[in-house]
Amino acid sequence: MATQHSRSAARIMISPAVLLLLAWMIVPLALTIYFSLLRYNLLMPGTERFVGFLNYRLFYENPAFWTAMLNTLLLVGGVLIVTVVGGILLAILLDQPIWGQGIVRILVIAPFFVMPTVSALVWKNMFMNPVSGLFAEFSKAVGLQPFDFLTHAPLASIIGIVSWQWLPFATLILLTAIQSLDSEQMEAAEMDGASPLSRFWYITLPHLSRAITVVILIQTIFLLSVFAEILVTTNGGPGVASTNLTYLVYARSLLNFDVGGGSAGGVVAIILANIVAIFLMRMIGKNLDA
Amino acid sequence: MGRITLDKVTKKFGDVEVIPPLDLTINDGEFVVFVGPSGCGKSTLLRLIAGLEDVTDGEIRIDGKPATDLPPAKRGLAMVFQSYALYPHMSVRKNIAFPMKMAGMPEDEQKRRIENAARALNLTDYLDRRPGQLSGGQRQRVAIGRAIVREPAAFLFDEPLSNLDAALRVGMRMEISELHKKLDTTMIYVTHDQVEAMTMADKIVVLRAGNIEQVGSPLELYRNPRNTFVAGFIGSPKMNLIEGAEAKKHDAATIGVRPEHIDVSASEGAWKGRIGVAEHLGSDTFFHVHDTGLAETLTIRAGGEVDLHHGDTVFLTPQADKIHRFDGQGLRIS
Amino acid sequence: MARAVSTRRKAGYTIAAWIIGLAIFFPILWTIVTSFKTEAEAISSPPSFMFFQWTTENYSTVMERSNYFRHFWNSVVISLGSTVLGLIIAIPAAWSMAFVPAKHTKNVLMWMLSTKMLPPVGVLIPIYLIFRDVGLLDTKTGLVIVLTLINLPIIVWMLYTYFKEIPGEILEASRMDGASLRDEIIYVLTPMAVPGIASTLLLNVILAWNEAFWTLNLTAAKAAPLTAFIASYSSPEGLFYAKLSAASTMAIAPILILGWFSQKQLVRGLTFGAVK
Repeated sequence: MATQHSRSAARIMISPAVLLLLAWMIVPLALTIYFSLLRYNLLMPGTERFVGFLNYRLFYENPAFWTAMLNTLLLVGGVLIVTVVGGILLAILLDQPIWGQGIVRILVIAPFFVMPTVSALVWKNMFMNPVSGLFAEFSKAVGLQPFDFLTHAPLASIIGIVSWQWLPFATLILLTAIQSLDSEQMEAAEMDGASPLSRFWYITLPHLSRAITVVILIQTIFLLSVFAEILVTTNGGPGVASTNLTYLVYARSLLNFDVGGGSAGGVVAIILANIVAIFLMRMIGKNLDA
Repeated sequence: MGRITLDKVTKKFGDVEVIPPLDLTINDGEFVVFVGPSGCGKSTLLRLIAGLEDVTDGEIRIDGKPATDLPPAKRGLAMVFQSYALYPHMSVRKNIAFPMKMAGMPEDEQKRRIENAARALNLTDYLDRRPGQLSGGQRQRVAIGRAIVREPAAFLFDEPLSNLDAALRVGMRMEISELHKKLDTTMIYVTHDQVEAMTMADKIVVLRAGNIEQVGSPLELYRNPRNTFVAGFIGSPKMNLIEGAEAKKHDAATIGVRPEHIDVSASEGAWKGRIGVAEHLGSDTFFHVHDTGLAETLTIRAGGEVDLHHGDTVFLTPQADKIHRFDGQGLRIS
Repeated sequence: MARAVSTRRKAGYTIAAWIIGLAIFFPILWTIVTSFKTEAEAISSPPSFMFFQWTTENYSTVMERSNYFRHFWNSVVISLGSTVLGLIIAIPAAWSMAFVPAKHTKNVLMWMLSTKMLPPVGVLIPIYLIFRDVGLLDTKTGLVIVLTLINLPIIVWMLYTYFKEIPGEILEASRMDGASLRDEIIYVLTPMAVPGIASTLLLNVILAWNEAFWTLNLTAAKAAPLTAFIASYSSPEGLFYAKLSAASTMAIAPILILGWFSQKQLVRGLTFGAVK
């Protein structure tokens, strides 16, 4: 449905968006790759020189890098398990007849709108603080020794905080998917004598599989970049116990001013994200045809 | 005022030629209907005239002036779309005013024209409603009102009645015909419904696969279809087409007889068959006759009430002067 | 259609759902409650939930002490600015893709989305250095630019899905009616797409408001929005629970309210149409 006039107009009107995003992608990406091949420290200006893959080797040989990689994967994996399993259960519960369903929905969704720095700070100080946090109060009330979450289980604590932020997202999307399930299909299965558990297993779960995949992929993209929660709660510590790749790059380049090393970490992060992105894009692309 | 000439107009989508070079002249004041099965290119042709698509080759002239490269807005044509395409966020009044507003017409002139159009189309009471609050027929009238106020050189209608129910369709058909009589402006009307074509057109253009099969007045097409395609497409129920020995008798590859040109008798006739389905409408009676040895089914239309039923044996006699003869290519033998 | 459910079953579901809902909401509720306590009550043991002397002094203290309004204003400017700028760039682009689809439209759309998947840390350093060199560090302009680019793919994508639902015939009708391309977009497309544009705006304001990677890394004091302002409470002020709570409540309240209005659009916007 188009004429030459509208086609050329279309090209002109799409170009600002395309050019801006192209610049946004290519310029920093190229520079990151370039920096990663240099010895480049902001504290020693003028000493930049080409070092090939030295930064990558140093990264590779640095145990902190491996800890950060492992932490990144644990963080992503942990949050995914909590939010997907929790999200499915919660979505099924919210799909049941409930008085005040709208209000419960709002309560459940709320954490998603809390800015990361606020949620990190509130959890850190008002809940996980070993002296006056609410958890410590509970421990004292039942006669237990208060547990210092952020010192003794820093990564698990951060997984908890981030899960709290993302559980609403998973729930909301899975609930939307469940509600699109044809109720007649359910009724037919019931007529066929399927128990609630087998109805869940053979009908609900397959119906949700697509939504679950989308939740996993999108959350992974965001979870690879968790930053504010770590910065506010543990600063990556103790040691590097709660440092993920994103935080490591930040610490390297903006705290230690090692631009070359930081860039090498950035490239690794890009590769990691791309592996996930390929799967995600393929799913979205398929949907675009439908 | 509204003479439209197409000169070797061609349209390709990629490598697919949907309209091979096509010549057509539409005279001022004519009501022309483009008719054909879906996918025959009739809507594409209309959109080429409207300027909503580019022609790949050839020239379109409106009133003698080249219009091939003009954008739609500059061609002085108005169009009524299948979905009505009303602006849902504007009141009926604003919808009708929109083309005049775009043309920068003075307010009082706009007002006068809106009121005239509303009166002519029975929309006066609805001017402040939104399209969403109107019935299908009313929406259709708003779309026509929006087209009228521009006083265009020609009106283009793209299957405008296909979204209406059967009863409304007959009514709107008459309204559009009356409008044409009153305005005396060129109208080009696209439809796949041959009844609409027959009842409304001054001139029918039958299209198949982008080709013009025949151009003529409704009765010309009815009386002298140029080929078997037009013969089968114009007229309802469809013309019976008979091949083989019976056609040979008439020196033709195919002969065609319209259902209303076959006489029915219970006792004697040229052909013999058995009635499958009999449809008794009172004013007419339709028989679907099998086992004639001529074609799978012959459709017969008998006037008034005829007391024959399913399973009865009948004798059929075609009216000799109403037999159409076609050659091996399906072209008419005159 | 709907089946009768026994009241007892419904009561059971209701109780379970409310308990879980309140548990999830509790940290927010607790923050709001605490913001109305005095500092002494905020750390009193055992903590009190309802029966204390409600006070609003924390709010006035926070506002006096830390330029709350400047940071609030920065947040407003940055989130609204980047979203509006994004819309201005995205509306024509989405028009092109929705109504004049070409062979490569789908690929362009997918590519735009793929830029969203670029991890920010991968491009942090060059952006930081470029901003330092051209003086955009710690400026609202700088953040508006970055957040516009970050959210542009989502804005284009959302608008595209909304525009796709508008029948092309209506735009063609306006062309027949003599509208220029500009008229077509201003008088016909945009008003028809108002609901879609509004929800796109809402979701992106929320995303920009809560964005905490770039806002933390590219600002210091001057252009810091609420994300960075709150982060500065990390310590030792973080131990003043009542004031921390007041500051937090003020930072999240506006967006919490906006967010509740945009639940439905959230799914569409964040899954790129993959879940409906």
